[in-house]
Amino acid sequence: MKVDVRGVSVVIDDTPILGDAHLTVETGTITGLIGPNGSGKSTLLRCVYRALKPTGGSVHIGADNVWRSSARQAGRRTAVLTQDHDLDNDYSVEETVAMGRLPHKGLLARDNETDRAIVHNALSRVDMTWAAHRSFARLSGGERQRVLVARALTQQAPVLLLDEPTNHLDIGSQLDLLDLVRELGLTTIAALHDLDHATAYCDNLVLLHRGRVVTTGEPASVLAPDRVAEVFGVRSTIVPHPLTGQPHFVTAPGPAR
Amino acid sequence: MPRTERTSPHLVAGGRYVLLVGALAVALLAAVAFAIGTGTVDVPVGQVIDVITAHLRGDTTGLDALTDQIVWDFRTPRVLLAAVAGAGLSLAGVCLQTLVRNPLADPYVFGVSAGASLGAVIALTSGAVAVGGVAGAAFVGSLLSMLIVFAMAQRGGRLLGSSLVLAGVAIAYLGNAITGYLQLQADPSELRGVMFWLLGSVAGASWADLTVPVIATASCALALATQARPMNALSTGDDTAAGLGVGVNQLRILLLVASSLLTAAVVSSAGGIGFVGLIVPHAVRLVVGPDHRKLIPVSLLTGAVFLVLVDLVTRTVDRPNEMPIGIVTAALGAPFFLILLRGRKRAMR
Repeated sequence: MKVDVRGVSVVIDDTPILGDAHLTVETGTITGLIGPNGSGKSTLLRCVYRALKPTGGSVHIGADNVWRSSARQAGRRTAVLTQDHDLDNDYSVEETVAMGRLPHKGLLARDNETDRAIVHNALSRVDMTWAAHRSFARLSGGERQRVLVARALTQQAPVLLLDEPTNHLDIGSQLDLLDLVRELGLTTIAALHDLDHATAYCDNLVLLHRGRVVTTGEPASVLAPDRVAEVFGVRSTIVPHPLTGQPHFVTAPGPAR
Repeated sequence: MPRTERTSPHLVAGGRYVLLVGALAVALLAAVAFAIGTGTVDVPVGQVIDVITAHLRGDTTGLDALTDQIVWDFRTPRVLLAAVAGAGLSLAGVCLQTLVRNPLADPYVFGVSAGASLGAVIALTSGAVAVGGVAGAAFVGSLLSMLIVFAMAQRGGRLLGSSLVLAGVAIAYLGNAITGYLQLQADPSELRGVMFWLLGSVAGASWADLTVPVIATASCALALATQARPMNALSTGDDTAAGLGVGVNQLRILLLVASSLLTAAVVSSAGGIGFVGLIVPHAVRLVVGPDHRKLIPVSLLTGAVFLVLVDLVTRTVDRPNEMPIGIVTAALGAPFFLILLRGRKRAMR
């Protein structure tokens, strides 16, 4: 399902956080949001999944205006891996994944066999069936992210949003998670810090800087060395990866100038 | 790995959960019957049941007049008020802990009872005591103090847990200071009444005292039962809840209104009973886990049983004297609070 962000701006306490952001994500493609800290990546994502109401502009998923439809409908269109997951509550992995059924269930409806089958399938899709009855909070960071992907799958939403999903993960878990996201084939928007991951896993990139979209396009063109120097202040280049031959983004130590 | 691996990390799950609910319901009935029978004059449980069924059938002929009066007019409303207060405060605790995602959240911590006692004391000392005037003033006082605390602790519509506790403590000190000042001006005969609002009591409850807390607790319990799934989502994070299709702001407002209403309703009829809203939901989470579909009904029942038993303790340890109920709940609650605080530090390390 196509995602269309049309001129979204966000102002909080008279401070502009995001200005006139446009982007289009075609069905089944992965778009990476990149930019320095505070550039507006999370803010833009939060406008798409209905956590933050934009001051101006609109967000469309398929034919629907996200902020004109209900919260429930949004929960059936977009599934999110947020950064705010609280670990104080001792939910089991199964309970955590089953939360994904929320936008599909009536006020007092209990989980039925169909729901349980959906939860079970989602867990086996991310290879976490073994942990179903474990405590979610006690899993490793990488395992937790896989469980949250399983929860996103139980939402059966065509659009997947990821807010810095590889933060705090070891390198193996980072690549595992991104491979998994790639395999799912959903329409995906991911805020990413690692520019090489963005180059390797995304079909398109959106470069944000100080709340503005600087440029959008294929990774190799967005990450032109001049632009990276200007926005991130680092020297970089894109070379063919020695093992795969694919574009590989590399930085050099020291400041850009 | 053992062959009989548990199918849940929680102590009680699946079929055993249904048993637990049944056992708690039976325990509540038994505790109520026993508590009604116990007092300065003990009445056998069989007679208690006879009196109550006679009244429920609407035919009280043939009952011993004194026993009837003790059981039906004095003890039944008192014990039922304890049960409803326990249920209501536990539910308010569940709401607040989910709302601020802080396990130390409790209506008492947020200065509510200070507001209630201040309202009551103003009504008592100003002599403006119309029928239901003191309870009404306590109701208004607790609602106002909660509103002030919530208003101070929010930024851009988001409630900050740490600010909430700080604002609550500040309001509690302020309320207690004004209450203390007014107490100095008060007639000594009014002072016992002031103690009641500060520490809580169900002594001397009449059937009329039950109306407001019963209506508040029943309607909030029903409203919250429909929101159990969204509350689960909210307990894991605001953004997570929004991502799961929860209207976070509407749910927050519902939880604020429910917790304020529950607390004000209970406090205005039973005074400031502390720590019930803290202890009960936590103990229940340890047993059935954090899922609100289980947490809400089990907390309701456990809170009711707990306060019926606490009330029984307050009037049996030092017969014929009675202690305010809040002294016992605080004596149990304060150590529990500290244990939680220690455990939390360890978990965060």
